[in-house]
Amino acid sequence: MIRFAAARVRYPGQDRDALAGVTLEAPRGSVTAVVGPNGSGKSTLVRALLGRVPLAEGAITLDGAAVRDADRTSIARRVAVVTQREELVFPMPVREYVALGRLPHLGRWGQGSAADRDAVDAAMARAEVDGLADRPVQELSGGEWQRARFARALAQGGEAFVADEPTTFLDVAHEMAVFELLGALAREGRAVLLVSHQLNLVARFADRLILLHDGRVAAAGGVNDVMQAPILENVYGWPLVVTRDPAVGAPALVPLRRGSGTPP
Amino acid sequence: MTARRWFLLLLAIPAALLLAVVAGTIDVGVREALAALAGRGDETTQFVVRGLRLPRAVLALLLGAALGMSGTALQGVLRNALAEPYLLGVSGGAAVGAVLAIMAGLALALVPLAAFAGAVAAVTLALFVAHAARGRADPRVLVMAGVVVGAFANAVIMVLLARADLNAVRGAMWWMMGSVANATWGQAAWLAVYLLLGGVALVAHGRSLDALSLGDDAAAGLGVAVERTARRVYLAASFVAAATVAAAGLVGFVGLVVPHIARRVAAGAGHRTVLLVSAACGGVLVVLADLVARMALPPADLPLGAVTAMIGVPFFLATLRRMT
Repeated sequence: MIRFAAARVRYPGQDRDALAGVTLEAPRGSVTAVVGPNGSGKSTLVRALLGRVPLAEGAITLDGAAVRDADRTSIARRVAVVTQREELVFPMPVREYVALGRLPHLGRWGQGSAADRDAVDAAMARAEVDGLADRPVQELSGGEWQRARFARALAQGGEAFVADEPTTFLDVAHEMAVFELLGALAREGRAVLLVSHQLNLVARFADRLILLHDGRVAAAGGVNDVMQAPILENVYGWPLVVTRDPAVGAPALVPLRRGSGTPP
Repeated sequence: MTARRWFLLLLAIPAALLLAVVAGTIDVGVREALAALAGRGDETTQFVVRGLRLPRAVLALLLGAALGMSGTALQGVLRNALAEPYLLGVSGGAAVGAVLAIMAGLALALVPLAAFAGAVAAVTLALFVAHAARGRADPRVLVMAGVVVGAFANAVIMVLLARADLNAVRGAMWWMMGSVANATWGQAAWLAVYLLLGGVALVAHGRSLDALSLGDDAAAGLGVAVERTARRVYLAASFVAAATVAAAGLVGFVGLVVPHIARRVAAGAGHRTVLLVSAACGGVLVVLADLVARMALPPADLPLGAVTAMIGVPFFLATLRRMT
């Protein structure tokens, strides 16, 4: 559904591409996870989708239609994005914050309709922030704020859901809740595109993995195809082994201490 | 925002206007003032109330409303609680235009036009500097560009005044300190037109301002065309602020203080509400400030800009302290 075709991005003043011809696809009904080391181009991928950085070459398409030719509002109706960076300067209550998710659905002068209010209520309940409605967002804990951001993206609706490093600052329980939610969204038929550092969790929840390295796709495919020690070692530049998680059976990466060699 | 708050806020406007009409060196009772407003009573009172005090109070009201809205919009779009027309060089540019016009001996009616041209030039220059410094309109770069343009405008005024004759200097100084003392209904009418045009444009962008307050990436995710929207808000806010400089010279700090008060009053509501509340709060604040300007040291009329600076500077420092 979301497709990057040979997408190339270079930031002004840089001498190398942040994305050097990336082709990938996030189909409906599955969780597609983009992983890779710092600076591999993961977040640039999201920013390019948002139109925040221009493509030098290639294209990003939604169901075959180029994002470049569509206006931002119509894209926002179809793709909800939980962005990584957010700087809230002025106080805003949680409900107002979540209600911003309905922005692409309102007319210029439009007050929210009953359907908009219902969508906000449902999103707040699903992300478990309904008890925080009147609290200023600035006073929330990191985990609560992240749930409020998810609620906003859920209220936004659409067929695709993109999350950029959604589990930063979250404890184990909240981390798991986020991944379960992403899995549920995919099962409901949405295209879920997830950018994450958490290789091991991603390996449990994602249907497809895309490993980025220096702005290129180093490996892509099923979880077992990508979670291979030689591939990951090469990309991360660190000795590691890939084993099976004894409890859940998913492939799990274990980084080694330098000089310790491979354990028996 | 609750209906009760709206009611009290809207009630404050006629109350402030009435106070401004009643108070002054010539005592006018409330009943007399109301009679004079209705065109009854003795002619002197009618002249004082309808010819002098009311246009002055109405101009102050419009000035405050315009500066309040402009400040709120600029703070929102720049995500900067210290932003206001001054900080962004808009007012400085307008002052350069005005001083140039006064020195060139242009008819007084042409001075506002020159001020507006100066403000537009300053906005354009600030946007250009910001654009040249970074490929895109980064809010922080824009603030810095505005400060630089404002400093440049000050320097230009100093150079211009160095060799000017005393009358021109006095006229220019009066302009730079801001005043509604010579208010006319004509001035008030065209400021109202500018305020209406700019205000409607700003309120129309209220929801986008809410989204922009989350950051550019998040706003883009919500369907906001970030650069285009920011540019429009910046221009509309400058348009409104330049109109105030043309009408009454440089009145500082209103655009800084009012948004903070309005956000308190609006209690977490979005920018559309905060913009409207800013207009009301700003209007009332400047009417009261002008009352202080008239009454503090009679018979002298203090410059309005000096009074607002007395209120604004401690507020600026307190805000700065909270931020750091």
